[in-house]
Amino acid sequence: MELLNNLLLGATTAFTITNLFWCFVGCLLGTLIGVLPGIGPLATIAILLPVTFKMGDPSTALIMLAGIYYGAQYGGSTTAILVNLPGESSSVVTTLDGYQMARKGKAGLALAVAALASFFAGTVATFLIAAFAPPLAELAFKFGPAEYFSLMVLGLIAAVVLAHGSFIKALAMIVLGLLVGLVGADVNSGIARYNFDIPELMDGFEFAVIAMGMFGFAEIIHSMKQHETRDLLKEKVTNLMPTRADVKRAAPAVFRGTALGSILGILPGGGAILASFSAYALEKKISKTPQEFGKGAVEGVAAPEAANNAGAQTSFIPLLTLGIPTTPVMALMVAAMMIHNIQPGPQVMTSNPTLFWGLIVSMWVGNFFLVVLNLPLIGLWIRLLRVPYRLLYPAILMFCCIGAYSLNNSVWDVMMTIPFAILGYYFKKWKCEPAPLLLGFILGRMMEEYLRRALTLSRGDWFILVERPLSGALLALALVLIVLMLMPAIRKKRDQAFEGESD
Amino acid sequence: MKIHNRQDFLAALMFLAFGIFFLYFAQDYGLGTARRMGPGYFPSLLSALLIVLGLIILGLSLWSGNPQEEEMEKTDWRGLVLVLGSVLVFAQLLPVAGFLIAGPILVLLAGLGSHEMSWKERVGLTVVLTSFCILVFRFGLEMQFPILPPSLAN
Repeated sequence: MELLNNLLLGATTAFTITNLFWCFVGCLLGTLIGVLPGIGPLATIAILLPVTFKMGDPSTALIMLAGIYYGAQYGGSTTAILVNLPGESSSVVTTLDGYQMARKGKAGLALAVAALASFFAGTVATFLIAAFAPPLAELAFKFGPAEYFSLMVLGLIAAVVLAHGSFIKALAMIVLGLLVGLVGADVNSGIARYNFDIPELMDGFEFAVIAMGMFGFAEIIHSMKQHETRDLLKEKVTNLMPTRADVKRAAPAVFRGTALGSILGILPGGGAILASFSAYALEKKISKTPQEFGKGAVEGVAAPEAANNAGAQTSFIPLLTLGIPTTPVMALMVAAMMIHNIQPGPQVMTSNPTLFWGLIVSMWVGNFFLVVLNLPLIGLWIRLLRVPYRLLYPAILMFCCIGAYSLNNSVWDVMMTIPFAILGYYFKKWKCEPAPLLLGFILGRMMEEYLRRALTLSRGDWFILVERPLSGALLALALVLIVLMLMPAIRKKRDQAFEGESD
Repeated sequence: MKIHNRQDFLAALMFLAFGIFFLYFAQDYGLGTARRMGPGYFPSLLSALLIVLGLIILGLSLWSGNPQEEEMEKTDWRGLVLVLGSVLVFAQLLPVAGFLIAGPILVLLAGLGSHEMSWKERVGLTVVLTSFCILVFRFGLEMQFPILPPSLAN
């Protein structure tokens, strides 16, 4: 059993005291920022990125950062249930039935179902990654530059399809992101592009700086004026244990949610978000009592919670096997690996097996921690929810500034958050989604390099992109997606799926 | 001409401006050929694509496209200036005055953006945040930022 051996290898990494400790810290921190509004995993990981450089072992760094990511999914659902505010965008649907359950005095049950469903989904997804990553990485070795280029095109298009908002504006945001990614010295010729003789721009912009400015600061400017209206639950949370009848209702929903979430998580873009929406829609459709949905149906909490956690986890698959990040958070994982001189890609599995399998096993450990953390600590999270935003945003601002400074111990990066915050502010005003821009930014240089290599191989013949069967198939798939998106009927369905989602 | 969707219209102008900017400067870097792509090749290609997309969005915003869903909110100049101004002041102060001075100024300046915050809260928050950051980030995580003015520390 190779799988078992690999998992065992992973366990020896994940179960060291250091790694267990940092996994726990990551999960705790993730839950914390998931509960708090206004700061998400993206900004947190960006702030802590420089710190991970100090960790001797790259596995430890990745284990902690991954813990923050899936911890935030758990924390996000806690706020969704207790205060009807999704802490993270992937827990938006949980507000529908979770909050209704809480109002009926079943907050404890809703929280327990959410935590256990997430744990189950996380466990299954961990095994899925372990089982499917090796064959996928095997396939990735057959990829030439043309295939990589086409795969990135497909990935970017798919990310837009799965995100919400105007399709064509999102396409433009991707292209703009690709261009911003090209700022700095050209790998091939060493010629500095768009740097206007500023030495700090030789290496281009820092991803974390763009993420902080566009997501962190722009969000603060938008929300700080708003008067706080949080409908906090007054009663004490009791009755955590689900009854036999609850389990019977929730279990099938959890299975379906896990399956759907695992598949959708692999796709680029808002995998976890789409997963939770689709899982909710599916449950409502096949339920014998659809009228109960929106009024506190336990399936309406179980399925999307399982789906978003499974999706969050399987979104590691493209990163670990192909080295291609499919969400902005995954892009930060790439950055974390690069800090430790690990080039993400299919070779990671063979060159750094302890890192690869250690990370996978740690995900399961982390999910276990989260169940243990979440249920007994509910009281603490509720108290945290009472912290008003006016006290939070200066803290977020300060943490981001320190994080930006620490990237290179230079104020240049702090200054650079300002133009990106202004851009982010207007993007939001003009309803342009910033996430596709970030994805484009990450892939810009990689795409150029692969295109250059592909065209050199073909002696300048663009047809190489469609002649090679794999590459051609990937591009054809991207084209199909574009055509589908332009068809009015499908567009309407997609809008419905994202209905009610707050930005 | 009537603009159907002001948000899209303004976004389109921005995309066009970026497209033209990137295209213009890409010409200095050497285009090369498809076989031997110069540093300007890929940027030119992308800029051209961005301009095309910008033109399509512009056209849609003028003639048809989705009507604007809601009124666009007014630019919150006060918020923009206070938040980003506080970041700017922090960045300028940190290397010369140290975190012990730059940090509190950042919190106090940014805090002015909220109308609901009392002065008692402002002072309390400043003290708590500054000491938290020094303890956790500087000593706990050993991030390297100056706490005291470097001229004093030496």
